[in-house]
Amino acid sequence: MGNSLISIFLNSMLTNNVLVVYFLGLCSFFGVTNKLSVAWSMSVAVILVTFIASQLAYVIDIVTTLIQVEHLRNLAKIAVIASTVQIIDIVMKSSMSGMHKAFGIYLALITTNCLVFGVAVIQTSKGYSYTECISYSLGAGFGYTLMMMIMAGLRVRLELSNPPELMKGAVLSLIIACYLSFLMQGFNGLGN
Amino acid sequence: MVEQTSITWDTFSGEIFKRNWVFKLMIGLCPTLAVSTSILNALSMGAATTFVLVCSSTIISSLRNFIPNEVRITAYIMVISTFVIIVDYVMKAISVELYDAFGPFIALIVVNCIILGHAEAYASKNSVLSTIVNALGSGVGFTVALLLLSAPREILGNGTLLGYQVVWDNFQTWLIMITPVGGFLMLAFWISIFNWFDKRKTGNVTETKGGCHG
Repeated sequence: MGNSLISIFLNSMLTNNVLVVYFLGLCSFFGVTNKLSVAWSMSVAVILVTFIASQLAYVIDIVTTLIQVEHLRNLAKIAVIASTVQIIDIVMKSSMSGMHKAFGIYLALITTNCLVFGVAVIQTSKGYSYTECISYSLGAGFGYTLMMMIMAGLRVRLELSNPPELMKGAVLSLIIACYLSFLMQGFNGLGN
Repeated sequence: MVEQTSITWDTFSGEIFKRNWVFKLMIGLCPTLAVSTSILNALSMGAATTFVLVCSSTIISSLRNFIPNEVRITAYIMVISTFVIIVDYVMKAISVELYDAFGPFIALIVVNCIILGHAEAYASKNSVLSTIVNALGSGVGFTVALLLLSAPREILGNGTLLGYQVVWDNFQTWLIMITPVGGFLMLAFWISIFNWFDKRKTGNVTETKGGCHG
């Protein structure tokens, strides 16, 4: 039961996949997987923001414990994450306009993505150290990307299919999600 | 400033079935699927979310003329977060067992798309009174959705209802229903039922789409 960095990474990416096992960030999972390119931009933005937010959350944990205001921890986290995303958005717009255009609106939308905040909360409740936090947040980001790409790829194919009328759209996506979640259970026991 | 709609019965009841956030708009899915493994969890989560929804919407609605447009999302989140901290402490005081069962999902009420969506789409445009009525309706609608999902999941997956055994003795429980897989399956089932009702009423199916992209 080594609590090694690799096992934390695999755990957050596969066994306890943030999307289909922890149910974080489901809105974007169903909202923006209509096109592969859009799902890809969203995923890259999520990896970036989750990684940064996780580090910030680690610092906030230390600071709030130091000055004994643990009850304001989550308030501080969400405020810092929201404003950081705003700052990244502004900086990117001025210095990397090409990249900003590729991300489009998705960077701003991430402010309210439960995945980013969820990772920041879960790493605290698990009591991870700094390096473990990095490993956990990267795993969560890559796990999200993996699921988004599989989902988007399958939905592109499903556009051509002819399902029963009652099951068009959302219901079909939910059933795919159901299978993906089943798939992830196969990794049970990998990592901890 | 913005046109005021009058308060009717529809302001409240329309949110329960006609415009149900979960089944019709597919908003607020994360807590819905995560805590709907038993009826007790579903009821507590519904109550907690309704409390946060009504309180934060009331405050946001009464401050709607003072919050600058550029920082509105951050301001909304601050208001919502305050009430979530209250719920967090109350829940811990009432039952540690329940608190542990929810894990991070109490803190995650902050980013529940229903609350932020309601603040953005309704509370920031309507009078305080009609906001309270509408928020109450939305909260009840969310609780109904949680109950509809959790009742079959608890009965089939665990053989119990509110902790009491309701199935015959050698009933083989469907373990799959209380895993995340069952959550997706049950939601798909209910959305197709809602589609079927729609079809009977109007003659054609309105395709449900994911609402919030956050």
